[in-house]
Amino acid sequence: MTGKIALLGVRQVFEVRGDNDRRLREFVALQDLDLEVSDGELLTLVGPSGCGKSTVLDLISGLSTPTGGSVLVDGEPVTGPGLDRGVVFQQYTLLPWRTALGNIEFALEALGGLSRAERRRRGRSYLELVGLADFAGSYPHELSGGMKQRVAIARSLSYEPEVLLMDEPFGALDAQTRERLQEELVQIWRRTGTTIVFITHDIDEAVFLGQRVAVMTTRPGRVETTLDIVLNRSSSEEDVRSTPEFARYRHQIWTLLRHPGAPSAQLEEVHRVA
Amino acid sequence: MPSLLQERTQAGLNSRQEQSAGIRAGAKVRGGVARLLRGLVGVVALAVVWEVAPRAGWVDPNFVSPLSEVLKAWYELLSSGELWTHLGASLFRSAAGFALALALAVPLGAAIAWYRPVRELVSPVLELFRNTAALALLPVFVLILGIGETSKVAIVLFACFFPILLNTISGVATVDQQLLRSARVLDLSAVTTFRKVVFPAALPTIFTGIRIAGAAAVLVLIAAEMIGATAGLGYLINYSQYNFLIPQMYAAILTTTGVGLAINYGLVALERRMSRWRA
Repeated sequence: MTGKIALLGVRQVFEVRGDNDRRLREFVALQDLDLEVSDGELLTLVGPSGCGKSTVLDLISGLSTPTGGSVLVDGEPVTGPGLDRGVVFQQYTLLPWRTALGNIEFALEALGGLSRAERRRRGRSYLELVGLADFAGSYPHELSGGMKQRVAIARSLSYEPEVLLMDEPFGALDAQTRERLQEELVQIWRRTGTTIVFITHDIDEAVFLGQRVAVMTTRPGRVETTLDIVLNRSSSEEDVRSTPEFARYRHQIWTLLRHPGAPSAQLEEVHRVA
Repeated sequence: MPSLLQERTQAGLNSRQEQSAGIRAGAKVRGGVARLLRGLVGVVALAVVWEVAPRAGWVDPNFVSPLSEVLKAWYELLSSGELWTHLGASLFRSAAGFALALALAVPLGAAIAWYRPVRELVSPVLELFRNTAALALLPVFVLILGIGETSKVAIVLFACFFPILLNTISGVATVDQQLLRSARVLDLSAVTTFRKVVFPAALPTIFTGIRIAGAAAVLVLIAAEMIGATAGLGYLINYSQYNFLIPQMYAAILTTTGVGLAINYGLVALERRMSRWRA
């Protein structure tokens, strides 16, 4: 496995105006951030809100450029957005005037080189992938929150990007829908082999989804540690979230977020147990 | 009698339940026939009062003709072809001014909203023009463009231009940031983003301006025709009054009401057709 995405010594500074005085000051969102994502891996990035998780995503997607350091995809610096990277946002970003199928076709129109019939066929196959084949003709306002996010995921996968970036995509969903979508996402990831960077502030979600979990700390944002997650997911009967290993990972990340910089003696132990 | 408060707070199916019950949102039975009948009663009552009041001497029949006489005058105007001449002249002027306003205001509004420096440059100027009553400019238009068709088309254009322009600006400038972000992520060009994302998103707001403009077109035109014209509904109203053809005057007024209703409902129907995707 080679490094698909690499962020090296990234620094991101925004100019902001203070609430109390009107003076312009610098806000350091990210400082000395290093992160490497392997090809085909599902990495979750967990951290408290306001730690700059979304800023990291904006950098990889090419929506913004770093103040310092470098952001590389396939060893090449990111210069702007591209169809080699798909993004799913937390807010629903479907075009409300297009049907579920129409929204996927919208992305395929951007890809170009496909006939109308081909776009239609491919759109339907991706709707099938997320289990919404029967809702091809529904408008977003007729779909539930979970269904809308499924369509958004299908849209981002439809042009077959090598990397899928997800910014708390399940954050606005109710707990049950969220768990079901998490399971579906893991299956989709296994089937497509897409490299996924998944941002969340939910520790359970990070542990459940991630092959690796990168833990971010705040002010300024940087990656504190990266943990390998080894869980036995082979049996579909067992609820992996209630296993002792899961609880241990959960507690470990919780501790890291609470006491950043504390010696992580537990880390070794978990590796041995796993 | 159910009040607004009662109706709005009444317990009913929520949207999830509607979905699982297979009911389309808003398709609940609301006593459509009863509502239609009540509306009809109101119109009939107005007609009766209009007919009875002059005949009973509650109002001076010389100034307010009974409805039946108004309708008779209207029929005469219609059968003599006179009505068509005036109606045609008015419709042509308002349609021409309205179409020109649409063709100019939408692209200009989009450009103004798209480029912030342009917006900042022209906003104060637009405020000045917007707050200048169109009719106040009629003498100016007549002075520059003459008394013919051009000045009337121009004043309709002026009156329609600003509602459409301002709504286009606000529609384009307030497009959901998330939609723009998802367009950028797809690496769409500015032109494609505008065509496929910004314009459709702004269309409902633009349409609000178009409806205001539709009403303004008729209003301004009638007034303009009263001042200087030899044809048109405004001229017909004024001419009838001068010559004391009172039933004919009311017939002409009723015709303008009809034109206004037709334009408004036509635009509402068009809007509904184009925004079927909305809840």
